[in-house]
Amino acid sequence: MPPALPIPASKLCESCRSARALISRPKTHQKLCKPCFLSTFESEIHATIVSTNLFKQGSRVAIGASGGKDSTVLASVLKTLNERYDYGVEFVLLSIDEGIKGYRDDSLETVKRNAVQYGMELVIVSYEELYGWSMDSVVQSIGKKGNCTYCGVFRRQALDRGAERLGIHHVVTGHNADDIAETVLMNLLRGDLPRLHRCTSIITSSTSSPIARSKPLKYAYEKEIVLYALHKKLDYFSTECIYSPEAFRGSARTLIKALERVRPSAILDIVRSGEAFSRMIPSQAQAPGAEPPQESGAEADSGDGDAGCKNGGAGRSSGGEMRDMERALVAEASGLETPIAPTPCINPGKPKQTKQTPKKIREQKMSNCTRCGYLTSQKLCKACTLLEGLNKNRPKTVVEVEVGIGDEEVSSSLQRGMEAVKLAEEVITG
Amino acid sequence: MGEQQGSSPNGVHYKPVTLDVEFSGGLETLFSNQRSHRIQIPAKDPSEQPANLGFLVHYLCENLMKDKRKELFVLEDRIRPGILVLINDVDWELEGEEGYLIQDDDTILFVSTLHGG
Repeated sequence: MPPALPIPASKLCESCRSARALISRPKTHQKLCKPCFLSTFESEIHATIVSTNLFKQGSRVAIGASGGKDSTVLASVLKTLNERYDYGVEFVLLSIDEGIKGYRDDSLETVKRNAVQYGMELVIVSYEELYGWSMDSVVQSIGKKGNCTYCGVFRRQALDRGAERLGIHHVVTGHNADDIAETVLMNLLRGDLPRLHRCTSIITSSTSSPIARSKPLKYAYEKEIVLYALHKKLDYFSTECIYSPEAFRGSARTLIKALERVRPSAILDIVRSGEAFSRMIPSQAQAPGAEPPQESGAEADSGDGDAGCKNGGAGRSSGGEMRDMERALVAEASGLETPIAPTPCINPGKPKQTKQTPKKIREQKMSNCTRCGYLTSQKLCKACTLLEGLNKNRPKTVVEVEVGIGDEEVSSSLQRGMEAVKLAEEVITG
Repeated sequence: MGEQQGSSPNGVHYKPVTLDVEFSGGLETLFSNQRSHRIQIPAKDPSEQPANLGFLVHYLCENLMKDKRKELFVLEDRIRPGILVLINDVDWELEGEEGYLIQDDDTILFVSTLHGG
């Protein structure tokens, strides 16, 4: 049935000029109709993949799948692009079961459906099986303080081990532009130069992990990911982890969202700035043109992990941490580099020569954890170190953890405590 | 048809506006865990202006939200940044955001993006 009236020019899609515009793109305010939006979104991801040579013909790649919006869209888009452009990749869904009743068991159902919807093999690795501890029992043992640290460390290893089991050496995750921008801001606020250096890399491989991780959605706005899922009617799960404090309080995340409202291009601009920082920061570990390996001291830092929680646990900070951070920075000041003189712009091709003594980076000798064999520079890997602590305190009687979904009231002092831990830990990195 | 709402000081009655409101991305937990609501709102806001989306947001907070955590939906009287609003499938940015005038049988969808992926 023909439309009764022609569509006014101001409401037309700016790309095809023939259909009604439904979407306003955050980064450019460009108005697009549904088909044009879907194809633009997909082509941009394809461009990211191609320009970084992300995939090799004939390889097997694991998609870190949580059932959430980012990993679901990631899986859907990768399947589409793989077929359309013949990447020749076999994608597998790799899901981690942290053992959180009322949260993870529900989202795993979503991943199982995704596996059928996208025709991908699904492998689920559980903390219980790997470590003998589910997150429910960890929280039961240590309470809600620092539990996100455990989860981040455990998750990183779990992803690696899951990939290894499948003979896979490349894991993709659904980190989006908002996540990266938030990480850049957080690292900036913390003055964490090594992490600032790493966090915008699209692919990271490291001496402390045999598995390469990449983020194909790195330049995709979170808003567009949600819109893509909506318009393609993708099946995803959207509830906060019941152990994380409410996401909405994260100050870096709130700042990003407020910025986006006022100046939507800010998110990508921050990502680009982060990439520029990365070239500016002197690093003995930076190989020319190659992916930067993880710096030393990474193992010594708590909760280091690319796999870090993408949930509400990310980017939390509150007033108290700024004070602690300042103290830490002052303590580090002796031997710190002289500040880099600001320049109007940085040419991408020319790494800036800085006149400072390069920070001494401790030599890291990689060997195997004496307990589990995982690659580590210490005697025990991070996860085993944490497990030692947990196992010492294991209660004799195992109490069934009854976690109500409505049980989201976290006292503000508990939250502050958790935020303090989270600032000290690595929850999202690149 | 009974008209209970929206009488102005001089006694003129305005027919309430009927519309569908949908919540997704976790927001439904604030509204009795129900994704879809068919509601009626007054045609005019307290200052006699036609009901717009801004007014709808306030109305939802006052009348439909069963959860106390208003800040998950609104921040400083506006929709929280990070919540997408679609008016009959169209991005609210293309329809005037809070200034959009609500019409009968509109479908307003609120999708939260503020959760892990």
